[in-house]
Amino acid sequence: MSPLLLADLTVFTLALLVGFEVISKVPATLHTPLMSGANAIHGVVLIGVMLLAATVTDISGYILLAIAAFFGAMNVAGGYVVTDRMLAMFRSRR
Amino acid sequence: MNTTIHLVYLACAVSFVIGLHLMNAPATAKKGNRISAAGMAVAIAITAVVLVRDHTMTTGAVVALVIGACAGGLAGLIAARRVQMTAMPQLVSLFNAVGGGAAALIALGEPAASNQAAVTGVLDVAIGGVTFTGSLVAAGKLAGRIPGRPIAVPFGRPIMAALTLVAAALGVWFVAGDFNQWLLAGVTVAALAAGVLLTLPIGGADMPVVISLLNAFTGTAVAMAGFVLESTPLIIAGGLVGAAGAILTKLMADAMNRPITAIMAGGFGTGDAVAVAGGSGAASVREITADDAAIQLAYAGKVVIVPGYGLAAAQAQHEAVALAEALTERGVEVTYAIHPVAGRMPGHMNVLLAEANAPYPQLKDLEESNPEFARTDVALIIGANDVTNPAARRPGNPVSGMPILDVDKARSVIVLKRSLGHGYAGIDNELYADPRTAMLFADAKAGLAALLAGLHAYAG
Repeated sequence: MSPLLLADLTVFTLALLVGFEVISKVPATLHTPLMSGANAIHGVVLIGVMLLAATVTDISGYILLAIAAFFGAMNVAGGYVVTDRMLAMFRSRR
Repeated sequence: MNTTIHLVYLACAVSFVIGLHLMNAPATAKKGNRISAAGMAVAIAITAVVLVRDHTMTTGAVVALVIGACAGGLAGLIAARRVQMTAMPQLVSLFNAVGGGAAALIALGEPAASNQAAVTGVLDVAIGGVTFTGSLVAAGKLAGRIPGRPIAVPFGRPIMAALTLVAAALGVWFVAGDFNQWLLAGVTVAALAAGVLLTLPIGGADMPVVISLLNAFTGTAVAMAGFVLESTPLIIAGGLVGAAGAILTKLMADAMNRPITAIMAGGFGTGDAVAVAGGSGAASVREITADDAAIQLAYAGKVVIVPGYGLAAAQAQHEAVALAEALTERGVEVTYAIHPVAGRMPGHMNVLLAEANAPYPQLKDLEESNPEFARTDVALIIGANDVTNPAARRPGNPVSGMPILDVDKARSVIVLKRSLGHGYAGIDNELYADPRTAMLFADAKAGLAALLAGLHAYAG
């Protein structure tokens, strides 16, 4: 295994452990917003799509890139906005 | 400069963790989501800066990236802003689908440069492919475009096994051979088919858990894409969501008292209960007219409203709140008893009622509500079924052990429901045969409007 892969695996494993720990006793009320918020975070895939853009050079690559960019941007933009809208409903009234 | 970039990425990863953590509590949840969003914006901006600085993109790639990202971002924003709160679960599922799709496309577009990239690339397209079609089917089921009942695919299991074998064989060939991208495309096709086969047999009621599980899958696929690209932010955020999503899935499944293995096996949870008026337990139920029910509500001291899936499906939250307000004005004490899995997703009912401006202090969860029923005059159940079935207190039936709302402790019960059709568990609700229970057969929206009209006409 290359040192780079080892470093990546370490980071991945620790990220998994943090993910397990960071979600604790969540009230059921927040299950849906929390799922939606986590959904928005994997919109980070857009950054991966941007890195992909640096390597594609032909027309089939461009088409694939455009679709991937569409998907990734939709995930990240829509994900955060819809979570925000959900959470806006929780403010206490009266 | 590269050190700076890595430190910025690290700060963004920290903001995701802090953001998710703050979302554990209602008071800080909104702030948490915004912190996470800010981190994401910074991460995207710094990546754009790096791309521009390095001049590695061809003009074609810049055009494709900008057009794709702008169109996708706009589509996501518009959908997120316009969506009805009742349609929100399927939108989240759609966003999850495109996230998985993007992750899979990354591995397809980036020729594998090393064994590491090849192995993780196979995992990426396999997991990403399954979540893409799986989430689309889940969204279709929630939106009613695909029937919510479990759909048995002929020879589903052998086909699934064959697809898994084919994908594994192609994947091994890809890694062991010369990284031919067509083999990777073959794995993707098998994964796309598997995603459909996996989700079709699962009933609509179990969709929330399935979406949460697919959300965890997408996180993992994104982490794999991170390995392919050797990009730390993808690995961190993907791993974080993969693990957090898995825990959340377990929490949701626990709240519904449904083991995840049973959900994935499919077959339970129809999502659209068959309307069989006067079903098996017809002999002993008592019907009531909307006007009689309205009078009973008007002269009660304390009313507890129990909203369920039927209310969410009929989008009757505004009518329910209007009725509650009218009763409150008459001096009736009104609260809502919200079961953890009421509605279409855990927590969904709170969102719907809050949207309709139900005062937050009136929304009570299971633990707060149950002691209240003993001093409740009327429990008004709107489109909820299994979560009120006293049979859950006895062993030996499909709802055994499920936490229920103790509505049968109330002095009287009015059930507003379309029919005596079964809930997801597929069994009779003993509550309906109770002599203190009266059935008001109507669609939730129409029934609540009739109750409100009755209230104004007879008790004004």
